[in-house]
Amino acid sequence: TMEERPNHQYKGVSTGTTILAVQFNGGVIIASDSRASMGGSYVSSKIINKLIQVHDRIFCCIAGSLADAQAVTKMAKFQLSFHSIQMESPPLVKAAASVLKELCYNNREDLQAGFITAGWDKKKGAQVYTVSMGGMLISQPFTIGGSGSTYIYGYADAKYKPDMSREECLQFTTNALALAIGRDNVSGGVAHLVVITEDGVEHVLIPGDKLPKFHDE
Amino acid sequence: MLGESSIQPEWLSEEVKTGTTIIAIGYEGGVVLGSDSRVSAGASVVNRVMNKLSPLHDKIYCALSGSAADAQTIAEIVNYQLDVHSIEVGEDPLVRSAATLVKNISYKYKEELSAHLIVAGWDRRAGGQVYVTLDGLLSMQPFAVGGSGSSYIYGFVDAEYRKGMTKKESQEFVVNALTLAMGRDGSSGGVAYLVTIDQEGAVERCIPGNELPTFFDQ
Repeated sequence: TMEERPNHQYKGVSTGTTILAVQFNGGVIIASDSRASMGGSYVSSKIINKLIQVHDRIFCCIAGSLADAQAVTKMAKFQLSFHSIQMESPPLVKAAASVLKELCYNNREDLQAGFITAGWDKKKGAQVYTVSMGGMLISQPFTIGGSGSTYIYGYADAKYKPDMSREECLQFTTNALALAIGRDNVSGGVAHLVVITEDGVEHVLIPGDKLPKFHDE
Repeated sequence: MLGESSIQPEWLSEEVKTGTTIIAIGYEGGVVLGSDSRVSAGASVVNRVMNKLSPLHDKIYCALSGSAADAQTIAEIVNYQLDVHSIEVGEDPLVRSAATLVKNISYKYKEELSAHLIVAGWDRRAGGQVYVTLDGLLSMQPFAVGGSGSSYIYGFVDAEYRKGMTKKESQEFVVNALTLAMGRDGSSGGVAYLVTIDQEGAVERCIPGNELPTFFDQ
């Protein structure tokens, strides 16, 4: 039971959601559920894609107000493509995260969106960054976000290991999503996963009925 | 600082809550209850070693969460009511009876009280049982978690719980769950208290913070 539930008043459609990004040996997996809800009791979309590709090997996923998130990622995509033309090389994951951070911080009074950025670049390999709602930017080996993430902090802390293999990481991420969807009523639908490595980007879609089941299901 | 001596510290006017993590799980032959030990008033920790596992009878305990005063009072009243009841029937009370007494108070005074007690114990008729009494409902479950820290471990307990665990596995399950919750919830912390109840009786144990399990980031 939760004694204090933060009262987020989202404007319009909110993504009450579960998102996560996890590093493994050689890459990173970024994942989310697919439910968009309005006011916590109406599901306005069952299959929305919250994983936005901002460059070839960089994805970000959104939590919070859907409108704000779409506006910010559109702007970030533009800035990043311009930046990569100027630099004549693909942007660093940190650069992508920084662009999002600048937008979030400078407009923090008006925006209500947080981001997880994950990707691969030549300089540092696979990385995961979190940009919080107020505009803080930090790098972590893995990160979880959205309303459903509260329920899986314990699971993630217990089960994450550094340097997992691709299969172990897929299992960890799928389980975490399934557990969060099982407890959070504003997360649901299908599980979207994107595996990013030096070689490319792979989308994995797991329909709701194929997600792992636990003891009481 | 000069000029601020007349202002009372904030914690004197804050309600004292057990903002907490409590957990109870049934295994073959008994139950294990666990809790953290932090009592907070606003941002201050007013007691860092409180045992939130309160005996209702020899083989029935309850775990307290929510408002410290409300929870303690309910436990004391039910302790008295159970004593009377067990004299009247001439034998040890059922866990379900204890849970029903707690539920009756929680339901009747649900507007005034804000406490959630998990009741768990062992009786001859049905062995180890765990009951939740949140908001005045009564429900028996294989295991239960409660308190502010419980939100963070729903995923963990859903993933790790299996039917038919042994006593040792159940104790480890409880200690791991408590540790993970204390690591993420600012209102939970301190030491971990465990009570294991079976046919023989109740055994209490205290695990200091430095003997709790560590996970990857520690």
